[in-house]
Formats: sequence, C-alpha cells, structure tokens
Amino acid sequence: MSNFDQELDARGLNCPLPILRAKKALNDLDGGQVLRIVATDPGSVKDFQAFTRQTGNELLESGETDGEFTFLIKKAG
Amino acid sequence: MADKKMALIATKGTLDWAYPPFILASTAAALGYEVEIFFTFYGLQLLKKDLNLKVSPLGNPGMPMPMAMDKWFPVLGTALPGMESVMTMMMKQKMKSKGVASVDELRSLSLEAGVRMIGCQMTVDLFDFKPSDFIDGVTFGGASTFMGFAGDSDVSLFV
Repeated sequence: MSNFDQELDARGLNCPLPILRAKKALNDLDGGQVLRIVATDPGSVKDFQAFTRQTGNELLESGETDGEFTFLIKKAG
Repeated sequence: MADKKMALIATKGTLDWAYPPFILASTAAALGYEVEIFFTFYGLQLLKKDLNLKVSPLGNPGMPMPMAMDKWFPVLGTALPGMESVMTMMMKQKMKSKGVASVDELRSLSLEAGVRMIGCQMTVDLFDFKPSDFIDGVTFGGASTFMGFAGDSDVSLFV
C-alpha cells in the first residue's frame, strides 16, 4: 500500500456517510496530499469512483480485503 | 463543477421519506453542487426543531416488518393503536445497527454544507405553524421562489 497523509475510518457507516466524511477530511488536506479511507459499505466502491470523477480528485487505488474496502484519494490542485 | 445546481421538492413528512431529500442534498453538496430544497405540505415536518418523525406500516405493503410479520400479521392489525410507535422504534434501532445516519444528522450535514432550505409559506399558514417551530436558517417563500432557482438547475426532483 502506498503512502498517505491522513486516514479515515469509515467502517460500519452506511451511504452517504463514507462520502460525506471523506469530503470533510479532504477539505483539511492540501492539494496533492493523499487520504486513505477504510469502509465496509459495499456500495462505497462505485460511490468513490463517482465521487472522484465528479470532484476532480484522483482515485489512486481501490481494493478489498476480508470485507473491508480501502481507497487512496489524492486531493486535486 | 462549481456551477452545477440541484433543486428538490420535499413533500413527505415520515421518517422513511425524510431520507431521500437529505441524502441527495448532502451528497450533491459534497460533490460541489449548489443545492436548494423546497419543503411543502407534510415535507415541512422535516424542518421542525423537534423532529418527531414516524414510519407507519399502515397502507404500506412494501415495508418489510420484523420477524416476517408481513407474512402472517393481519393487515388490519397494522392499524392497532401503538403500532406506529413500535414500528418507528424498531426502524430506528435497525438503522442505527446498520450504520445509517439519523435524519437529524443528515439535516445538520446538509446545512453545514450550505444547502439552502425553503419552507412553503402557504403551508405554514394553512397548518397554523409558528416560525419558531422551525430550525434556524430556513427561509420562507412560494412556488415562484422555487422556480427562480429550479429554472436554471441541472437536476430537479420531486420527492
């Protein structure tokens, strides 16, 4: 797993909370910094793809291990 | 992306139907949309300071009931006094256990994200609601106010 600047634990949260929490966390980062998110909501896989596509942030990595989904998002700018 | 707009009309005042407008509004705001919601008729309940929303199994055959009650419990039984409170309590417990946010939380997140909430003045008059019944940050207006925003929005939905 690549480096990241901040981590967000979104485990146990359901739609739309993982996205809303991620948005909040990204607000506190500088452009180019990377947020790592861990979620258990299976819907978050498609949701984070759509979120990054629409916000211009970059989805660097997306993966699953033992029912946990991890995402690396690089903040735009 | 900053210029995209979404306009919603929220017309329902039950616990279940409180979710679509607030989920869409908070998410759209997170995606950079400018969002306005027009609350009319029973939808105004979603703007009350004291959110006392309920869900009813009565006349709602699509609602899954605990212990598969929808399979054997007589439909008339859903009209029994107290059923609404019991089902509301069970629904809230279920939501909590599944990590679904409360309506109050989603409403706060929407307001925090800059979602504008408009209450229908005509409905306020009709039901004799008091301005003090509603949360801060609500403005009141009519259909023309809604059209002023909806007219140039990218997404417009009636919930």
